[in-house]
Amino acid sequence: MEALLSLFVRSIFIENMALAFFLGMCTFLAISKKVDAAIGLGIAVIVVLGITVPVNNLIYNYLLADGALAWAGYPDMDLSFLGLLSYIGVIAAIVQIMEMFLDKFIPSLYNALGVFLPLITVNCAILGAALFMVERDYDFAESVVFGIGSGVGWALAVIALAGIREKLKYSDVPQGLQGLGITFITAGLMALGFMSFGGIDI
Amino acid sequence: MTAIKETLTGPIFKNNPIALQILGICSALAVTSSLQVTLVMCVALTVVTAFSGMFISSIRNQIPGSIRIIVQMVIIASLVIVVDQFLKAYAFTISKQLSVFVGLIITNCIVMGRAEAFAMKNPPLASFMDGIGNGLGYSVVLISVAVIRELFGSGKLMGFEILPLVTEGGWYVPNGMLLLPPSAFFLIGGFIWVLRSVRTEQVEEPEFKLAKHTPVGEGV
Repeated sequence: MEALLSLFVRSIFIENMALAFFLGMCTFLAISKKVDAAIGLGIAVIVVLGITVPVNNLIYNYLLADGALAWAGYPDMDLSFLGLLSYIGVIAAIVQIMEMFLDKFIPSLYNALGVFLPLITVNCAILGAALFMVERDYDFAESVVFGIGSGVGWALAVIALAGIREKLKYSDVPQGLQGLGITFITAGLMALGFMSFGGIDI
Repeated sequence: MTAIKETLTGPIFKNNPIALQILGICSALAVTSSLQVTLVMCVALTVVTAFSGMFISSIRNQIPGSIRIIVQMVIIASLVIVVDQFLKAYAFTISKQLSVFVGLIITNCIVMGRAEAFAMKNPPLASFMDGIGNGLGYSVVLISVAVIRELFGSGKLMGFEILPLVTEGGWYVPNGMLLLPPSAFFLIGGFIWVLRSVRTEQVEEPEFKLAKHTPVGEGV
């Protein structure tokens, strides 16, 4: 239990997807102009990560890993080279299913997430989390915690950056730094701030 | 012939994918703390972009519009698997250092962006050249960031000592911050600043303009 809690805290603060590994940067910079939009995107990322990482964990452990197909009578099969293709397929399929499900049963949430859901398929944070999960050999429980934790961390970073940018537009920025340049520098300062969580260990 | 030369050289400075089109920043920041790893990443990305452009463009008339994204994804993912397996076989230590970032070429917006914007409309040879050009444009930014980070962060380039460190009897005190993740943000921010000061048409319009200062006495 303690190990899971520690993993949760670590994936939010210390190994923050956006600020320590630079994953999902494109959407991170593009959708951080308004706090409302950032909150919508953040929630969508938490939900998608919380579902896709455990599902990919099951697929890896029961279909792809070396010897995983023993239950089907192929103990020598190693399909792990198909990993990349299956993870991205699973992510695209789950995002599509989620979109249809929300449209049918929870239209209010569907309208709130709206445009962000399809964007998430190509967000590297989602694929990156799946790859980290495989690289670090997480079991099922750990992968659930890691998925949700890294989603929360990413959401926190994007909402905080949106808050800063909303204030920043009233300030006098040098011409060439206007827009993208100053956003990069702000994100860098935020990353420095997040590094101070580095020593935390539960 | 001149058109092909233009598609090859255009993306390097005039239309740089990272600085102007803001594509593929994730890996640009993450892999640049050492020059050797960066070079491998650049080659991998250039190869994937070029060949995915060529393959997608050669079947572009057969792809139905509604499922084109899936088709592009499958082609790109297969190419990345080839690159990944190749690196694991011939450059295992570097492949370990790049860890997940080779796999993340799949979701690198440069590859998808060029497939969608260029390869779907142009013949295979031009798409191949466009892929190489964009790969080189990406490499220019990455390599310059990596040179600064490795040279001033650890006094070395490609593992060879350039600036002798104080700890080893030399004179250079390394700037440790350049090896940490945040420095990449500052460097790319600065890079964009320089580029936009030269090419002023790229400057973004501010949303609010500050009013001019009023001299004391007139204000009230």
